[in-house]
Amino acid sequence: MENRLRILLLASVVTMTTGCATMHRLWPWHHHVDAQAAAQKADAEADAAAAAADTAPPPTVIDPQVVRRKIKVPKIKAKDIELGANFGEISIESYTAAPVWGVTGDYHITEDVFFEAAGGRAVAGQTSFETLSGNIQLLTEAERQFTYYNLSIGYNFLPGEIFLGPTHALTSGFYLLGGLGAVKFEGNSTFAVNYGAGFRVLPTDWLVIRIEAQDILFKSDFLGTNRLRNNLTAHIGASVYF
Amino acid sequence: MLAPSTTTTHLQRRSINWLGPFTLLLLALPLVDQAAQRELLQLFVTEPYLELHTGPGRGYPVSQVVARGDSVDVLFRRTEWYKVRTERGVEGWASEDSLLHAMLADGSAFKVDRGNRDGYRSHHWEGAVMAGDYGGASEFGGLATYSLTDNLKAELYGAQYLGNVYNGYILDLGLDHVFMPEWRVSPFVTLGTGVERVEPRTTLVRPINQNYQTAYVGLGARFYLVRRFFVRAEYRSHTVFTNTDLNEVKTEWKIGFAFFY
Repeated sequence: MENRLRILLLASVVTMTTGCATMHRLWPWHHHVDAQAAAQKADAEADAAAAAADTAPPPTVIDPQVVRRKIKVPKIKAKDIELGANFGEISIESYTAAPVWGVTGDYHITEDVFFEAAGGRAVAGQTSFETLSGNIQLLTEAERQFTYYNLSIGYNFLPGEIFLGPTHALTSGFYLLGGLGAVKFEGNSTFAVNYGAGFRVLPTDWLVIRIEAQDILFKSDFLGTNRLRNNLTAHIGASVYF
Repeated sequence: MLAPSTTTTHLQRRSINWLGPFTLLLLALPLVDQAAQRELLQLFVTEPYLELHTGPGRGYPVSQVVARGDSVDVLFRRTEWYKVRTERGVEGWASEDSLLHAMLADGSAFKVDRGNRDGYRSHHWEGAVMAGDYGGASEFGGLATYSLTDNLKAELYGAQYLGNVYNGYILDLGLDHVFMPEWRVSPFVTLGTGVERVEPRTTLVRPINQNYQTAYVGLGARFYLVRRFFVRAEYRSHTVFTNTDLNEVKTEWKIGFAFFY
């Protein structure tokens, strides 16, 4: 009987004490312990925050709220190509001088250097022999056409300005040209060398007036001996920058 | 006190009004004043000042300066010179070198692709004008290449040659292999095929023109100059498949001025 009672009492005590463990928050002194733990935790957190603040960047005072301007960059147009036409006189060696028409295309590589492709045509007059001999014609009409084309390299030098009265100034400059090409004349195409010089004036940024003199040289044996023939040409032209 | 410049004030008054007789010509040319309708690039001066010349070259006098912080509108470019208009409407020419210090409206730097050694190593297109000797005749022609890789390029070359006995035209299609495209002087070998038109020169009998197929092998070198320009020189040995028993061999030497894009 005693044993049963003891077991009952012990069981009651065990149950009650375990209940105390779950009900501890009801006891007033437990609040004190919780407050202490919370204070310790808060201190630890504050320390951690302070440590983090040492390494993190300082908070921004002013937030600018500015959206960066996005700009479209327009393409800059390059106007390096110059196309033109010219008219002048060519003195074809052994023939009379004749009017000559020509076209040019230039590509300006730098302010100093440019390339030029040029071509032109003239109709040669008569040789002295033909004039003196009466009816004898050395060339057919097609063979009398003097056609030249060449590829030259040019060099700009002596840049300057031309003043038209007190209010207008036009940019100008001299240039030298030299190149290789061909001459089609007297029924044959012949290798030719050309060189010359010119002067250009720009009334506007896109219009060029050019005065130019060139010598077109080629070797030919058509009139007896094989010799170098000089064909001096002088012309005035206009060209436009694109 | 300096004497007043003779070229400082006339620029903005430079007009084309006095070209009255050429008005029809002006109307006929569609390019006139296109700049006014296009969107223009605005650049801000960051150097103490920006010099404006009267023409597109270092030899033309400085007629205006633009102060730091002011802007200019870029109208167009000619070689390495830029026609610009200031905020006050004055126009002048600024060099590319001076504008490289300017910045765009968003504060970024103004950049220009002028071509450099990296571009020389790696690019898509090349063009060249060449002159030389083809089988004893003088030749001149043009070349275009397309880069399949930095080392391997497909090329098309057309030329006219003019000799004492024969004139003619050649058109070649081939492949170039550039060994070291990053070297300033880079050697290459070339291999290809083509056609040749031979026109015998004579003043006595009517000549008969002939077309032949050719094949060639050659070697050469490319030499980088500046910006996007280089020199190309090469030697080629052409075999001309004539309609006789023996093929003809023609040697070719040529040099040219080339550029890449």
